[in-house]
Amino acid sequence: MAEQTVTDQTSLEEKRYVTLNLGPTHPATHGIFQNVLKMDGEIIISSEPTIGYIHRAFEKLAERRPYNQITPITDRMNYCSAPINNIGWHMTVEKLLGVEIPKRVQYLRVIIMELARITDHLVCNAVIGVDTGALTGFVYLFQQRELVYEIYEEICGARLTTNVGRIGGFERDFSQKAWDKINKFLEEFPKVLKEFENLLNRNRIFMDRTIGAGGINAERALNYSFTGPNLRAAGVDYDVRVAKPYSSYEDFDFVIPVGTNGDVYDRFMVRQEEMWQSLSIIKQAIKNLPEGPYHAEVPEFYLPPKEEVYNNMEALIYHFKIVMGETDVPKGEVYHCVEGGNGELGFYLISDGGRTPFRLHFRRPCFIYYQAYPEIIKGSMLSDAILTMSSMNVIAGELDA
Amino acid sequence: MEVTEQERLVAILKERYDDQVEKVETIQEFLTLTLKKENIADIIQYLYHHPETKFQFLTTLFAVHYPDLNQIAIVYQLHNLVSNQRLRLKVYLPIENPTIKTITTVFAGANWMERETYDFFGVNFEGHPDLRRILNVEDMIIFPLRKEYPLEDQTREDKSDKMFGR
Amino acid sequence: METSTSNIKTYTMAEKPEGYEGAGFFATSLDKVVGLARKNSIWPLPFATSCCGIEFMATMGAHYDLARFGSERLSFSPRQADLLMVMGTIAKKMGPILRQVYEQMAEPRWVLSVGACASSGGIFDTYSVLQGIDRIIPVDVYVPGCPPRPEQIIDGVMKIQHLVETESLRRRDSAEYKAMLNKYGIE
Repeated sequence: MAEQTVTDQTSLEEKRYVTLNLGPTHPATHGIFQNVLKMDGEIIISSEPTIGYIHRAFEKLAERRPYNQITPITDRMNYCSAPINNIGWHMTVEKLLGVEIPKRVQYLRVIIMELARITDHLVCNAVIGVDTGALTGFVYLFQQRELVYEIYEEICGARLTTNVGRIGGFERDFSQKAWDKINKFLEEFPKVLKEFENLLNRNRIFMDRTIGAGGINAERALNYSFTGPNLRAAGVDYDVRVAKPYSSYEDFDFVIPVGTNGDVYDRFMVRQEEMWQSLSIIKQAIKNLPEGPYHAEVPEFYLPPKEEVYNNMEALIYHFKIVMGETDVPKGEVYHCVEGGNGELGFYLISDGGRTPFRLHFRRPCFIYYQAYPEIIKGSMLSDAILTMSSMNVIAGELDA
Repeated sequence: MEVTEQERLVAILKERYDDQVEKVETIQEFLTLTLKKENIADIIQYLYHHPETKFQFLTTLFAVHYPDLNQIAIVYQLHNLVSNQRLRLKVYLPIENPTIKTITTVFAGANWMERETYDFFGVNFEGHPDLRRILNVEDMIIFPLRKEYPLEDQTREDKSDKMFGR
Repeated sequence: METSTSNIKTYTMAEKPEGYEGAGFFATSLDKVVGLARKNSIWPLPFATSCCGIEFMATMGAHYDLARFGSERLSFSPRQADLLMVMGTIAKKMGPILRQVYEQMAEPRWVLSVGACASSGGIFDTYSVLQGIDRIIPVDVYVPGCPPRPEQIIDGVMKIQHLVETESLRRRDSAEYKAMLNKYGIE
């Protein structure tokens, strides 16, 4: 008799749990991934994520393409800040070849990468605002993204998937129009960012909604290999730009913002402060910009100017070999990482001397920290779970690759 | 990492696991150790807790297929955030039976990384809590990133290879 | 469309159809009125998967404003949507879900395929990407680009508007339409 009541009670408990399917298509355009939640009313008991709905086989695709054709693929990983991926890939190849990059190129690269970091954080913070109901911030910040798109168009011709630069530098120096647009951005953007801050930073409703939601402590975050703003919000000040400086980041004076709880409010504030730091880095780079060539001397990878191609035999041969993808690359194995919008974006390249990589592995920060999501939302309410997902800045292209 | 630091690290590892170390090399200033596969989980735990190494951050974990050697190499990259030292460990597995012990007991972040390696290469991680495909469709039978499998979908009938010589 | 003296073209979004006008009444054919009402109030379902989704967010923003065309209310539920905008790469794992969303939409429904990946697989000619969504659902308008500029997306929406305006009221019951749906295996 006693056994029967026990089983009755457990089956009663089982019936109390609701299975809710969140995704893969869900509103607010967060990306394509599915979470099957087991819920007790509004509280989440457990969740099971499923990803791979936009798996495009980048690593296999990279084994088929010559080195300069891989840049468009890297664009499409973290498409909110595509220049960082492109420049990171170019730096990996330059490390393999052992090429010395001129100072001017490094400073220009810093300017573009910091602009890209600003756009990435703009999307994330605007979407956090939207998920708490603040739709106005989204509209204002996306207007500023249009200004950055115009700068990209002046430099490389495309808005979103930029394919910026070449192995060795840039295809052309920044035109005067590009500088005008950058200066215009530097004048207008701080005012809009200040307005956005006034809307949300000390807003009672926003703070009540986000403080304490989706927190993770530093030890668990390190065990899950978190990097980027999510890790810095938990209290660990690891930033690849400071730990292993690349592209002259050691010349710049900037601060790494660090949070305490690792919750949604801390991540929001860390990203806000990083945007202000990026603005300061861009201003320093423009002030101290050295003169010099805008590309390194890498004739096997850098397309020669057209006048030389028509008149000079070597230039013609180089042009042919580069366009057809027949340049041979030295053998080697190299790992290079940059600070992407989400953390340490790493490229592990193994070359066996052929025209395409033997193996290219992308260390994608989104993929690695999203595994902690079920642990973070356990015991929280559904709306907090949605907010946590958007504050972690999960970008589907980087998640699945 | 300086040369003396590298030597110190290799010495610490060889103190306890001298027979497991097959090769020590520095590729592009990155210390790379090739190890045998038997005690890899213990070695990583040892490096995690040893007070002089403290490699408590797993940067990445992936596999490489070498068809000429008929081997699959698993590569672990560890990082000590405090002293800013990085280490790469490589383990070679035979292709007929690529099994290795899991390191999810040491690093929680290795969970999905090992699932991805299983999905792409078919490497069996013993002791993994939930080893199934993560990025590809569940009922796929091949391991696509191995070199013998093609990139494109072979069932397409509307592409003409005559013109584009694939 | 009339030109004023200072050579500025005025453009009206809702043009008066042909008909017979009198004091207090306006007579025209039913399908013209229905077409006019439908084309200026399309409720899209943004099925955004990847990079084209970010360009869609820019199109919905203040600069390019898709809401001018009547698409103010985005519907994320297929039951209440008219236009399925597929933006981004569709992998084979995602195919059945796209199909399920399409089947849940009520007639009349239109499909806009935005971007190279949705139209034909794009640059991803791999084992895991569906080479074009028209392998599983019927598509009305394709917008090429990688990603297409917001002006191109708006052009695609305007072409859908043209299709909506000129569609016959009996098309969805016709034998041709049913045969086309049968070809895709949709009841």
